[in-house]
Amino acid sequence: MSSIADMTISPRDAERYEEKDFGFWLYLMSDAVIFACLFATYLVMVGNAAGGPTPKDVFSLERAAAETALLLLSSTTFGVAAVALSAGERGKVLMWLAVTFLLGAGFIVLEFGEFSGMIAEGAGPDRSGFLSAFFTLVGTHGFHVSVGLIWILVMIGQVFFKGLTAPVASRLMRLGLFWHFLDIIWVVIFSVVYLPGLM
Amino acid sequence: MEIKSGLPIERTIKPYLIGLALAVVLTAIPFGLVAAGSLPRQTTLIVIAVLAVIQILVHLRFFLHIDFKTTPRENLVALAFAVVLICIMVGGSLWIMFDLYHRMMV
Repeated sequence: MSSIADMTISPRDAERYEEKDFGFWLYLMSDAVIFACLFATYLVMVGNAAGGPTPKDVFSLERAAAETALLLLSSTTFGVAAVALSAGERGKVLMWLAVTFLLGAGFIVLEFGEFSGMIAEGAGPDRSGFLSAFFTLVGTHGFHVSVGLIWILVMIGQVFFKGLTAPVASRLMRLGLFWHFLDIIWVVIFSVVYLPGLM
Repeated sequence: MEIKSGLPIERTIKPYLIGLALAVVLTAIPFGLVAAGSLPRQTTLIVIAVLAVIQILVHLRFFLHIDFKTTPRENLVALAFAVVLICIMVGGSLWIMFDLYHRMMV
């Protein structure tokens, strides 16, 4: 298996990959703007508990820390997969993508438990303005991570069946941008939602 | 990271390990502060905010490989524009809503 560095790509294809990367980057930036709106909404609504549970009643520092650890580790393992991709080591790419998938899935399991536990306690999104804003913001991030997990599965399939071809490498690079971007959003979520809520 | 022919070439995992180490420190400090609860609320909030901004920059640099040499200029311009939009929308929303809140409470 040749490495990405030795791959010969026609100038026209190279230009197409660069265009796709730029288009995807523009999507990520507009996604960041959507999250910014949700953060602004949350900050406006967080004080409006309507006599119901406040952030302190429903958040858990341990769970937020565990979710943070899983997402941060998955970002790093994706990086290891990206390095293996550059070296043309297909087995390693598959293995580290699988590890990234498991860490991301662990994050989703924790978040699903958190959401269902809150809804069972009567702290669902219909309880107060604070909870509507919380579920919208954190749920949108969770939805993105779920889409990322499906994307990782698709790419595991492509690496397995097609090998490390130039189009597959180009897609993996954009998946990496998406995955690291979601980790940045999570940094803002724990800094704006969980930590101030638990003080 | 070098970019030739539209595909990235990442030879070592070093940037990811540096990023991970910095991110762990920048995450452990705010979580520890909230768990201990020893600093005044205002101070803790400021520390959380400053460390979050630093951590975002760490992620951009070491995970997304944004720098001023290899990253195409149009990507940097789009990033800068998004930052401006975010500041206007978050800052503006909070300004308007909390101004309104205070006027209605008085």
